[in-house]
Amino acid sequence: MARSLHKPDFKTRLQDWLPKLVLSPSIATTGLFVYGFILFTFYLSFTNSRMLPNYDWVGLKNYARLWDLSHWWVSITNLGIFASLYIAICTVIGLTLAIFLDQKIRGEGVLRPLYLYPMALSFIVTGTAWKWILDPGIGLQNTMHLWGWESFEFRWIKDRNFAIYTVVIAAVWQSSGFVMAMFLAGLRGIDNEILKAAQIDGASSWHLYRRIVIPMLRPAFLSSFVILSHLAIKSYDLIIALTGGGPGRATELPATFMYSYTFTRNSMGVGAASAVIMLITIAAIMIPYLYAETREDRS
Amino acid sequence: MSIASQDSAVKNNRTTMVLIYVTLLVFALFYLVPLFVMIANSLKPLSEITGGNMMALPKEWTIEPWLKAWSTAQIGVEPTGLRPYFINSIIMVVPAVIISSIIGALNGYVLTKWRFKGDTIIFGLMLFSCFIPFQIVLIPMAMVLGKLGLSGSVSGLILVHVVYGIGFSTLYYRNYYAAFPTELVRAAMIDGAGFFQIFWRIMLPVSGPITVVCVIWQFTNIWNDFLFGVSFGGQDQPMTAALNNLVQSSTGVKEYNVHFAGAILAALPTLLVYIVAGRYFVRGLMAGSVKG
Repeated sequence: MARSLHKPDFKTRLQDWLPKLVLSPSIATTGLFVYGFILFTFYLSFTNSRMLPNYDWVGLKNYARLWDLSHWWVSITNLGIFASLYIAICTVIGLTLAIFLDQKIRGEGVLRPLYLYPMALSFIVTGTAWKWILDPGIGLQNTMHLWGWESFEFRWIKDRNFAIYTVVIAAVWQSSGFVMAMFLAGLRGIDNEILKAAQIDGASSWHLYRRIVIPMLRPAFLSSFVILSHLAIKSYDLIIALTGGGPGRATELPATFMYSYTFTRNSMGVGAASAVIMLITIAAIMIPYLYAETREDRS
Repeated sequence: MSIASQDSAVKNNRTTMVLIYVTLLVFALFYLVPLFVMIANSLKPLSEITGGNMMALPKEWTIEPWLKAWSTAQIGVEPTGLRPYFINSIIMVVPAVIISSIIGALNGYVLTKWRFKGDTIIFGLMLFSCFIPFQIVLIPMAMVLGKLGLSGSVSGLILVHVVYGIGFSTLYYRNYYAAFPTELVRAAMIDGAGFFQIFWRIMLPVSGPITVVCVIWQFTNIWNDFLFGVSFGGQDQPMTAALNNLVQSSTGVKEYNVHFAGAILAALPTLLVYIVAGRYFVRGLMAGSVKG
């Protein structure tokens, strides 16, 4: 050790560099494959790329064209409808189930995994299952008719005005159990003494939850909002499997728009522009959240 | 983040409790019905689905749809069944999970026990990469895979999944190792233990639980991926893409029973993991909300 104080030998110097050396492949791949690629796509969004990338600068033309396309407007309107309903319904169901499960329920150990297993499935599986369940010919509508409810009608998946709501149903089925688990973890983290004290003060259950418990679940609300909104913006598989974007364009989302403009409609520039907008939307939600979370970590 | 049961302070009267149980059971049905529909209808002849009730149990039980989905169903143009794609998925998932977990463990170790100036920024940049919409990397990734001669191959998919998987694996190990006493690592350093020795002898032996969480998460995510598979898989598509091909094919009769059998086949590996190690699965999901 003493000898290395003056002139560190090769081994000691290697030890100093080793940690950075070990990290460097990850830094390199993240730098290239994530941030380099983001910059490249950003650059492409200002070019005249069609079927293949090219480097003819066209300024903001792709963005102008994008916001001029009814197809894009359909996609972002759908995203608005889908994301807000998906987040709201998942939150309501998740919170309700978590609070109910927290009432010393017999069989909680059986119910909890039943609520959560859809999260382990691929969206393609979920989409396939719900595609046929919602199909009026063989699914729910047909079943109701066979059970004697002749006037029952449920053809949303075939209806341009309602198809987007079937996407909400399938997505809620997949994710609401997960939201339940987040809220349940939050509930189990609350100190029981606080609740007991409030009850001695005569608060009713309803009041207890509304005034004390639910406000204390703020971190769970925030986490589930962030995760659900980022899942919603990235939604691609579910649409492909459930509706294929149809009927017509009725269930197109930005993710499906990007794919079809880039790879099947030979408008790579416009596709790149739509990807940039998706990234910016997610970044606007994720960056403040991640910043706050990693901050807290250190204190 | 434990969700084990504990006494709730709230007392409810009988009517409320009945209402609560009814609600909980209705939702249990809501989550179970699709699974029931998939299983029941995968064991029926097609005529019982098109001419019968989807919610009914099979009158005539048959495993024909399963055999067909597995080995003879038309996927794209080839009547190969899902088997080759299932194998593709396995060949893709196993190395991708192993490599990304090892890299994640090493990264987490460096980022917590060998800290240096700027490490928080590097971690932040890796963390954000977990959440980007992958549409933003599709075009350049396709070009790079083409240049490397890896497009349309399982090796290409492994590369893609490792590259975009290390963000999460690093997050898991970093959060886990952050709670491990740095004093122990310091003491080992003073005793002359080197970088890898400390990792091998001190960190790895305590990494069991987080490794289970990380492996399950990566396995589920990579197995369930569709976007990369369909974009870069070419002929060597993974299971999810093949299932979608099977279901969406517009030629011939729609064989719903075969579709359902295929969907269960695609879901089986992750479902098994969930049944065997559900506790760790939940923990992984929760840590996905950033905090460990």
